[in-house]
Amino acid sequence: MLTRAYQHSLNGSHLPSGRPLLEVDHISLFFGGVTALKDVAFTVTEGHVHAVIGPNGAGKSSLLNCISGLYHPQEGQIRLHTADAPHEDGTHGKVHTHALTSLPPHRIARLGVARSFQNIELFSHLTVLDNLMLGRHIHMRHSVLTSMLWFGPARRQEIAHRQLVEEVIDLLQLQAFRNKPVGSLAYGIQKRVELGRALCLQPALLLLDEPMAGMNAEEKEDMARYVLDVHELAGVSVVLIEHDMNVVMDISDRVSVLDFGKLIADGTPDEVKADPAVIEAYLGAEEEDDEVKEALRRQTRHVEEEHRG
Amino acid sequence: MSTFLNLMVYGLADGAILALAALGFVLIYKATSVINFAQGEFLLVGAYMFYTAFVVLQLPLVLAVVFGVVIATLIGVLVERLILRPMVGENPISIIMVTIGLSIFLRSVVQMFYGTRPQSQPAVLPTGSVNVLGATIPVNRLWVLLIAAVVLTAFTVFFRRSRHGIAMRAVADDQQAAMTMGISVRRIFAMAWALAAVSALIAGILLGDIYAVDQNIAAFGLLVFPVVILGGLDSVPGTIVGGLTIGLLKQFTSGYLDPGLATVIPYVVLVLILLVRPYGIFGETRIERV
Repeated sequence: MLTRAYQHSLNGSHLPSGRPLLEVDHISLFFGGVTALKDVAFTVTEGHVHAVIGPNGAGKSSLLNCISGLYHPQEGQIRLHTADAPHEDGTHGKVHTHALTSLPPHRIARLGVARSFQNIELFSHLTVLDNLMLGRHIHMRHSVLTSMLWFGPARRQEIAHRQLVEEVIDLLQLQAFRNKPVGSLAYGIQKRVELGRALCLQPALLLLDEPMAGMNAEEKEDMARYVLDVHELAGVSVVLIEHDMNVVMDISDRVSVLDFGKLIADGTPDEVKADPAVIEAYLGAEEEDDEVKEALRRQTRHVEEEHRG
Repeated sequence: MSTFLNLMVYGLADGAILALAALGFVLIYKATSVINFAQGEFLLVGAYMFYTAFVVLQLPLVLAVVFGVVIATLIGVLVERLILRPMVGENPISIIMVTIGLSIFLRSVVQMFYGTRPQSQPAVLPTGSVNVLGATIPVNRLWVLLIAAVVLTAFTVFFRRSRHGIAMRAVADDQQAAMTMGISVRRIFAMAWALAAVSALIAGILLGDIYAVDQNIAAFGLLVFPVVILGGLDSVPGTIVGGLTIGLLKQFTSGYLDPGLATVIPYVVLVLILLVRPYGIFGETRIERV
């Protein structure tokens, strides 16, 4: 299924794989007296799926909002590295570093940082196609005047961008919904449209805020598949926020764990799984919860037996 | 029958101008959630800008229109930048007060330069009349209808099709998401004000031509409120239906009942609509759960 030839690369980054792409450098974020993030630092590597996990209210979405410029952390820096297109002789283009903390959201988007939201933030009055075409906004170059004329250069550009949008529609299997207003679509489809809209930016970095939230097991699996397709097919680096530990462990290269606004672990899925601090944050202190865990174990065994029987 | 036809053409012409004026109002409200009480003054300023270019500076017609458009765009952008942007995040009542202040300011500036007497301006649209089914229809009203129809269609196509139009609708729909698409919300706000000023300019020129270039244009502009309440504050098609309805209602009341009553009737409709269907005919019903 991965053999289909796509004309356009959906990955907007020219950084060589394995290089640091995003550096979160000891950021702290306060809302009045509430500390949302405290001294959080980690690095996202080009070509990775990097998961950020943590219990409810750990600051995961706040962190994403800091990266995409909707929040401005009071302390620390967030740096994004981009590279120019490779030279003709194959050597890599010049690398630029951008301080995201001092840029407004739309400028960060223009650097190739695309995102989805935990509570779907689509343009619900517009069609799926219009939503996806808006993802192309940063790549369209024509002024208000030519866009008023509608014919000529504006028209030609639209057609070129439409080809890429059609590939995204194909990749995420949204063909049937092309001209439907987004507000009328089912939740799972809307989530997919939002992923598609972010992809249409040809992102250098894709931020996904709980793409599987509120889905049943089957939908979750589908979504995980789409995220993996996007990553494998297009090579897009992904920062993924997720609640469900199991999903995350399966699809990510690296995991950062937040708890009460602090980074308590950062490593490969296996390292993180074995980290005592993570186990404690997720399951609570051992001695208190032994009884609960035992009850859970009994329950699981019971269900398994029933299935067998 | 002839009176009916006559009143209908007059009503439709008034209504078409109202639709143009209301379009600007709706644009601003949709994109920026600001209720612009200075929309009538935008018409007034537009009419006087055209008068300045066409009569005072003696520019040819096309150049005078271009001059008007440039100045209107500038005024729209400046108002947004200097007056509304500092008010972002303030209480809606304060913002309304600011636009009322702006309306008084604009009206006073016009009075300061041109006084309160009507200015004479040569007719731009062809005068004369045609006979249709026994009614004498003035040609300039038909031209008003044609021009308004073309401009309204152009605006509608712009919103539906063009990249900037869709970006504007996106901002109206969800500002946060629009920002993360790389859309500069500030530029969209400025664009909404500029487009509103331009549509008001066109309405002002038409009004000045069929009536007179005087202070009454601002009073006519006040009729955008019944129009948008009827059509829905955030509905572009609503401005057309609302505008034509109010225009016709006014002329028929004036012709068949009483010209005095005609001045009041749009506001009676406004009150009735607010009582029965507060979101207008095409407006979006918003239910806020607290």
